[in-house]
Amino acid sequence: MATLDITPTSQASTQLLRFITCGSVDDGKSTLLGRLLYDTGMVPDDQLAALARDSRKLHADTPDALDFSLLTDGLDAERQQGITIDVAYRYFHSARRSFIVADCPGHEQYTRNMATGASNAGLAVVLIDARKGVLPQTRRHTYICALMGIRQVVVAVNKMDLVDWREDIYAAIAHEYRELAAQLGIAQVHCLPAVAPSGDNVGRRSDRMGWYEGPCLLELLESADTAPAQGTEFRMPVQWVNRPDASFRGYAGTVCGGRVAVGDEVVVQPAMRRARIERIVTADGDLPHASEGQAVTLTLDREIDVSRGDVIADAARPAPVADQFAAHVLWMGDEPLLPNRAYWLKIGTRTVNARVTTIKHKVDVNTQAELAARRLELNEVGYCNIDLDHAIAFESYADNRTLGGFVLIDRQTNATVGCGMLDFALRRAANVHWQHTDLDKQARSLSKGQQARCLWFTGLSGAGKSTIANLVERRLHALGYHTYMLDGDNLRHGLNKDLGFTPEARVENVRRVAEVAHLMVDAGLVVLVCVISPFQSERRFARGRFDEGEFIEVFVDTTLEECERRDPKGLYRKARAGEILNFTGIDSPYEAPEQAELHLRTSGLRPEQLAEQVVEQLLHGMGEDRPHA
Amino acid sequence: MSFLSHLDALEAESIHIFRETAAAFGRPVMLYSIGKDSSVLLHLLRKAFYPARPPMPLLHVDTTWKFREMIAFRDQVAAEGDVEVLVHINEEGLRQGISPLTHGSAVHTDVMKTAGLKQALDKYGFDAAIGGARRDEEKSRAKERVFSFRNAQHRWDPKHQRPELWHTYNTQIHQGESVRVFPLSNWTEMDVWQYIRREAIPVVPLYFAKPRPVVERDGALIMVDDDRFTLREGEAVQMREVRFRTLGCYPLTGAVESSADTLDKIIDEMAASRSSERQGRMIDHDGSASMERKKQEGYF
Repeated sequence: MATLDITPTSQASTQLLRFITCGSVDDGKSTLLGRLLYDTGMVPDDQLAALARDSRKLHADTPDALDFSLLTDGLDAERQQGITIDVAYRYFHSARRSFIVADCPGHEQYTRNMATGASNAGLAVVLIDARKGVLPQTRRHTYICALMGIRQVVVAVNKMDLVDWREDIYAAIAHEYRELAAQLGIAQVHCLPAVAPSGDNVGRRSDRMGWYEGPCLLELLESADTAPAQGTEFRMPVQWVNRPDASFRGYAGTVCGGRVAVGDEVVVQPAMRRARIERIVTADGDLPHASEGQAVTLTLDREIDVSRGDVIADAARPAPVADQFAAHVLWMGDEPLLPNRAYWLKIGTRTVNARVTTIKHKVDVNTQAELAARRLELNEVGYCNIDLDHAIAFESYADNRTLGGFVLIDRQTNATVGCGMLDFALRRAANVHWQHTDLDKQARSLSKGQQARCLWFTGLSGAGKSTIANLVERRLHALGYHTYMLDGDNLRHGLNKDLGFTPEARVENVRRVAEVAHLMVDAGLVVLVCVISPFQSERRFARGRFDEGEFIEVFVDTTLEECERRDPKGLYRKARAGEILNFTGIDSPYEAPEQAELHLRTSGLRPEQLAEQVVEQLLHGMGEDRPHA
Repeated sequence: MSFLSHLDALEAESIHIFRETAAAFGRPVMLYSIGKDSSVLLHLLRKAFYPARPPMPLLHVDTTWKFREMIAFRDQVAAEGDVEVLVHINEEGLRQGISPLTHGSAVHTDVMKTAGLKQALDKYGFDAAIGGARRDEEKSRAKERVFSFRNAQHRWDPKHQRPELWHTYNTQIHQGESVRVFPLSNWTEMDVWQYIRREAIPVVPLYFAKPRPVVERDGALIMVDDDRFTLREGEAVQMREVRFRTLGCYPLTGAVESSADTLDKIIDEMAASRSSERQGRMIDHDGSASMERKKQEGYF
């Protein structure tokens, strides 16, 4: 057996290389990796026996050959389909180094899995079938590698035995790939010819391709640079405030860039409070200094406010702070990314609200062409402007993966729906400041003798929202309240004239209405909003713009059948006839509220009775502060 | 720029995962199964929150068929007093008299381990359960996330796992849902032993070779740990010098012949070994991809 000389006991002090393998379907990726495990002596006898048994079962024509791909394709569905579905992690070592490899699937629909594998990798092994050359998948994988910050690639031109070991074929592929890599800014490329099943140039150099004089794959992996450097300035996101008793207050986290020493002056971002490092605490004793990758606990020489999510940074060279960015976003959700919808954004240890305000373009990942886009679908990459509800300390992704890489989380399902790489802060974030005004909402409300509120009516078209709201407003006016009604249809004649009825446009429509309502509440008014607002996500965004108790969601619950029977504007008839697209309830969904403050079941009740319910709820919520009544 | 050694990098990553769990969840727990991986987890747990006491309890789901030396070791850990050790037994299973000897490994594991674990998680309302599983153990584990989402029924869906990028873990869950957290995901069996040696972490003595009473059954060496063990026809108890690479319920865990009675010898033996860690585990042989199915149903 062709195993190498391995002395595993020496690995404790060696460095760890994390890499990924990628390539298109059927180019022999799993086989190559299986072969690498085999060549480094990582396949135990019982697994080897199982491998021989499974190989015989699957390949009756070549009963003695081992199918190395079976070592890595582990899920039932993968074995049945003969493909790799999800990222699998493999562990092996040679005499010189330990490796963690993320085995990434080749199919286009699993681009997100490849990005996942690449996010922690310092190197990529790209496989190319010598018979097929550089394919669109090769371009896609290389683009994703470059996007995720991988700067070293080993290209294995595989299946050389099937092209008669021809050097010219290999050389042409290597040349084409180098051009692609240069275009994408990948600094280091090493190409080699290989045959995965027989192990030529995998774990040992092949004597069947004398024209290739370079190292084999394993040698290349052993000598490659290890972990991607994160940047040279000291940065540590605070994970956990350690407070066992009143005498100790430490900030635990993992250093994600540079180095820090006792006595160094640091700044806690984004609030920019300064202090000096008093101790660097670990369970193995205090350290004089700590550097990138170490998980430590810092204490400071003075009591300042520090919480999880803050970044402790070098005071002389702090990280930039901003709340608006340009970033590449790779969409991983089954539902598309809609501009202006609110998502959770987690970066380092901080979670904030975020919206993609503009998709400047999307990238065709096969050709790298820039295309216009209004939304991003699964596995698409877009270059976007992002707006956060809090300023954060950050770095560009090229400088620091931890402070430049983020994930987007759906606020309803909690699924991870996207990832992004920050590029730079938008200049307007720094130039547009919040203008402080002396008069505030409280002062303005007080002068009107009322408490400002937003009554948000949601429901299907024709449910009766505007009819009821109109009656509510009349009643409130009679009681002496200062009110204003924002009707969705009316706003579409002016402020929202440019918006249609696609999901993207509805998101933006509701965002604008929520912002206007927020301004009016700030002016001290009781605002009545009537918009279908079909998506929970946007209603939640709207709610988030207001203070506790200020926002009253009124669900006008009328069945679709009833709305369609009434059809006051004749819209349902047109929608059914196919003359209107994206009509809520017909070919566009309505997500009913789960926790509305008021649920109006309209069946059998007159609008006046329903309006009275709303007025009661409102006045009840305001307690005894009723004006003039 | 200085780079961390292999073991230092793994240790730092695990500590980061422990801290993230404590910070992001309301009621985390560390599952403690008394084996070598659990010993390493406990060591890392203490390190991650030093100088504070670990901010979460340990939970041992006791099948009542653990080796006596394991239970003694567990009670010793509990006696040290810096962590709370909770023990849960599936009383219903106990009443039904579920036994690995009569019901077989599949039923025993399902009732006493998987169902027992779910009972305990529900009883205490834990929303994050840290476990010692490693991706190198078994093929379906190789695809498991570090923070692995479970629905309100504790089910794992391999096709709908959350993508996991960098060390930025999505820890958001709804009421009733939970996650399983695996800080040792990226460790191998060899890493675990080398770390135990480097850090001088105590482990159950069963890992070290010693003459022990065993019976050869179905090709495995099963240790006779108490008088519940009944001999089949033709079986005889013999004293053999054996040790365990992995510890579970004693009738389901095969010993290996070995003279490795020190950590150095264990590590040397492993380096030369040509068989995998779990070959002595009966539950892995219940059918192809059986672990994948067990995990979907809530097994750790």
